[in-house]
Amino acid sequence: MNNMSKPRSATPTDAIRASLKKRYARERRFQWYGRLAVLTGFVFLFILLADIVSKGTPAFTQHYIKVSVDLDPATLGLPAEPSREQLYSADYLGAIKAGLRAMFPDVSGRKEKQQLYRLLSMGAEYNLRDKVLDDPRLIGHSSEFWLRAHAEAGSYLKGQIPAGSPEADRKVKDLQIAWLDQLRAEGRTESRFNTTFFTQGDSREPEMAGIRVALYGSFFTLVVTFLIAFPIGVSAAVYLEEFAPRNRLTDLIEININNLAAVPSIVFGLLGLAVFINFFELPRSAPLVGGIVLSLMTLPTIIITSRAAIQAVSPSIRQAALGVGASKLQTVVHHVLPVAMPGILTGSIIGMAQALGESAPLLMIGMVAFIMEVPGGVTDPATVLPVQIFLWADSPERGFTEKTSAAIMVLMGFLILMNAFAIFLRRRFERK
Amino acid sequence: MKKHPVSAVVLAAMIGGATVSQAANRDTISIVGSSTVYPFATVVAERFGRSTQFKTPKIESTGSGGGLKLFCKGVGANTPDITNSSRRIKASEYNDCQANGVTEIVEVLIGYDGIALANAASAPRLAISLKDLYLALAKDIPGPDGKLIPNPNKTWKDVNPNLPATTIEVLGPPPTSGTRDAFAELAMGGGAKRIAELKALSDLSAEQAQQIKAAMAKLGLPAGLYEAMQEQKGKAPKGEDIFETIAYALREDGAYIEAGENDNLIVQKLDANPNAVGIFGFSFLEENGDKVQGSEVDGVTPTYDTIASGDYPVSRPLYFYIKSAHVGIIPGIQEYAVEFTSARALGEDGYLPDKGLIPLPEDELKEVEAAVKALTPMSM
Repeated sequence: MNNMSKPRSATPTDAIRASLKKRYARERRFQWYGRLAVLTGFVFLFILLADIVSKGTPAFTQHYIKVSVDLDPATLGLPAEPSREQLYSADYLGAIKAGLRAMFPDVSGRKEKQQLYRLLSMGAEYNLRDKVLDDPRLIGHSSEFWLRAHAEAGSYLKGQIPAGSPEADRKVKDLQIAWLDQLRAEGRTESRFNTTFFTQGDSREPEMAGIRVALYGSFFTLVVTFLIAFPIGVSAAVYLEEFAPRNRLTDLIEININNLAAVPSIVFGLLGLAVFINFFELPRSAPLVGGIVLSLMTLPTIIITSRAAIQAVSPSIRQAALGVGASKLQTVVHHVLPVAMPGILTGSIIGMAQALGESAPLLMIGMVAFIMEVPGGVTDPATVLPVQIFLWADSPERGFTEKTSAAIMVLMGFLILMNAFAIFLRRRFERK
Repeated sequence: MKKHPVSAVVLAAMIGGATVSQAANRDTISIVGSSTVYPFATVVAERFGRSTQFKTPKIESTGSGGGLKLFCKGVGANTPDITNSSRRIKASEYNDCQANGVTEIVEVLIGYDGIALANAASAPRLAISLKDLYLALAKDIPGPDGKLIPNPNKTWKDVNPNLPATTIEVLGPPPTSGTRDAFAELAMGGGAKRIAELKALSDLSAEQAQQIKAAMAKLGLPAGLYEAMQEQKGKAPKGEDIFETIAYALREDGAYIEAGENDNLIVQKLDANPNAVGIFGFSFLEENGDKVQGSEVDGVTPTYDTIASGDYPVSRPLYFYIKSAHVGIIPGIQEYAVEFTSARALGEDGYLPDKGLIPLPEDELKEVEAAVKALTPMSM
């Protein structure tokens, strides 16, 4: 009975027309799957970024508290005509504590006093010392100083502590909150851009910690990586692509290069430890060794992308050059390489970006270290950005959570810059 | 292409320059070792760097074992000056040091670290004994007939009827961690010794081979284990050795979850899962009082006072070791050690207890300080 409603003899056109709707629907469905996949990716990326940015943004501000400090030579333990040495080791902490007590005269008892002193950072003492060293005339006078707030006090001033949470559960106590509220009402607190974050090395106090050592370390490491990996990688690619005969040996080399690209990076770290540190006795924790290790890691990437770029150069260019009598070397240097350069550079920059984000191989060669002194060269101890993030993420102090996210933001900023530069180079040179 | 010879020269110069300058001298103290001591050592290093004219020491977190290995490799600018350790140096490591020319080592005990058991602050506080811990986490436990059987306990209630009926789910450090070693020795070993048969076994000396073998047979251990241990050690094993292999082995069936070296991660996981229990250093418990709470072990909660007094059963000593041969050659080593052991740092109101380190009693601290000033070498 059902068959009656359908036409008895369907022509091919009818069959196609009947299935058309289904095929369109299938295509629409497929497109929707694609959109959904892209959307899911975006949602994850957005959640990740939002989390990092919302956690990291507070790290870029730092609170200061205005304290009146009497730099009386007697409290500082200084003679009438202090030398620079004596100024360096004077008791600034005592003067700061006296200043705090003068502001809150009814604070008594050891526990309460300790809480009061905890409003200020451990670094306040050293900041004050540096100010006095810059201008010794401050000695003997009472002046107002903006002193760095402790990370815990700062987290209250930044509004990170929910009102009404039980006192036992938080590091900032009720008394401290009352003092901070009073200071804020008197206009004695101020939020500034946290320059320390960019001008100082690591510290164990979140409010004093910065990424300068890591930035310099990353820079030195990448310079060494580039200086080694780029020339060797490009030379290897040119030779393999243009000059090497095709035989078993070059096939073997090619397979090995492709395999190397997939070797876990920690293996390169172990190699670096065994060869460069144990055998060649290069210094531990130095960007030099880090750079060499990372260059080994990026070499395969550079060779593979460079070979692809050289392969993509149209054979007519080579033939034309050879045709007018250029030697093989001239053909390569004058004609093939310039055309392949954008591709080679793009590959190299992506390889370098990979190296910038790498931390595992550096674990083995001692770059996971607490370093405060800014490195002056490739042999000074240094750490790198991803390692700094790793170290902060592992610190017990709550204040490092925001520093971790802020450092991630900086690292991502550099990665985006490098990738954008790669795209720029490609666009710029491809038009020719 | 012109670049290549230039960069090759630059590179050769850099590498050449580096080896020469490095071998000659180093003006920064190089410290390696335990990740547990790292947060304390870095605080001292920072203060030391900021308040003196010396450079801030460089501190690597390599783990106790890794640090001692580097430390004992020899004398010279390429080896570290100080290594931190969350356990005492082993005889084998000490001998290794001696063999490599590191003859004079100053041992400095700096204080104690409690290993906390904790769960989410939103869940009820757990109160357990060391024996419960052993029965909950050991790979094999004595069954009803006294023979060892694979741990059958699924929930805390199976272990002890007074405990809640939640699944046993413990997040802890991996075997590479010093925290894990200390936990195995203090908590698992301590708990196993509450069980009469195991305690008897651990008390047997190497000469009592027959008794050891009898005790092993009673526990249902294969006879080959004794010979295997004997071969491995090169001499007759003590009852303690056999005991350790039984007591220190943690479950591998999912009840004990290795959560990596990052203690912050464990805190976050506990916060998200109220049924889970975590194992980590006391300083992390102190910093995260709003998220997690310390469990009572043998009726004692981990607090600053209970660990300092020794009432809390799971705490361990922390050390650092100084290579005497480097003192006076690399500037600041002794000054750093003096700063570390000063009352300003380690006293009751010092800045290290502020960071969660449990300091020594006052008279012991005085002794340590004197030993650092005199650079008294240790012996073993």
